[in-house]
Amino acid sequence: MSAVAANYNLLQDLGVEVISMSVDSQFVHKVWNDNELSKMAGHDVPFHMASDGAGRVGTMYGVYNEDAGVEFRGRFIIDPDGVIQGMEVLTPPVGRKLEETIRQIQAFQHVRATKGAEVCPAGWEPGKKVLKPGPDLVGNVWKVWSPLTDH
Amino acid sequence: MADQPVGCAHPIGATVGTDPAETNEQQTTKQKEKKMSLARVGAKAPDFEAPAYYKGGFTSVKLSDFPGKWVVLCFYPGDFTFV
Repeated sequence: MSAVAANYNLLQDLGVEVISMSVDSQFVHKVWNDNELSKMAGHDVPFHMASDGAGRVGTMYGVYNEDAGVEFRGRFIIDPDGVIQGMEVLTPPVGRKLEETIRQIQAFQHVRATKGAEVCPAGWEPGKKVLKPGPDLVGNVWKVWSPLTDH
Repeated sequence: MADQPVGCAHPIGATVGTDPAETNEQQTTKQKEKKMSLARVGAKAPDFEAPAYYKGGFTSVKLSDFPGKWVVLCFYPGDFTFV
């Protein structure tokens, strides 16, 4: 979570709100912010640090491990209509990469801005080639997009 | 979102001694509903309200507090863990 806190401005630039969630109480969140996260990020955690003590929210999102009583690293991208566009769930020992979350948000925002007229192929980043789905493109993606040079 | 009173409270936010909000029967129904509303891509994100620490104060946060906004919801195993 320190990576998200430290680079929060990148998410703000995209108009994104962040909510973090664990089974710890809001009081422990405060102490974690005060004693560790703020030192790693260089500033206080700028987003809501929510508490899911009984794992109810985690259960709804399929990321609560009842046996361990903790939540997996579940990351959900929710669009302005409240629809989940992307999710990534990792077991505890490996962290996420914020750049990948940002890339996916940028891609979903591009698709939304074009009302689905343009879609983002594998490895897409802003500025890279988009595809325009339609009858002419069927069977012809190989002519306009290469996994070797455009990926 | 106003600050919530900080007292001798249960860690999940319910104040000790308050009346239970619903009967067991209602809770059972609710739990069943919650299990059915498992999150999946392309579907509406299940709404929730949870106690939170935010900018120096204790408050609560609700997903539906952010209509019209992109939201990244991040679960993690615990405060003070290593990764």
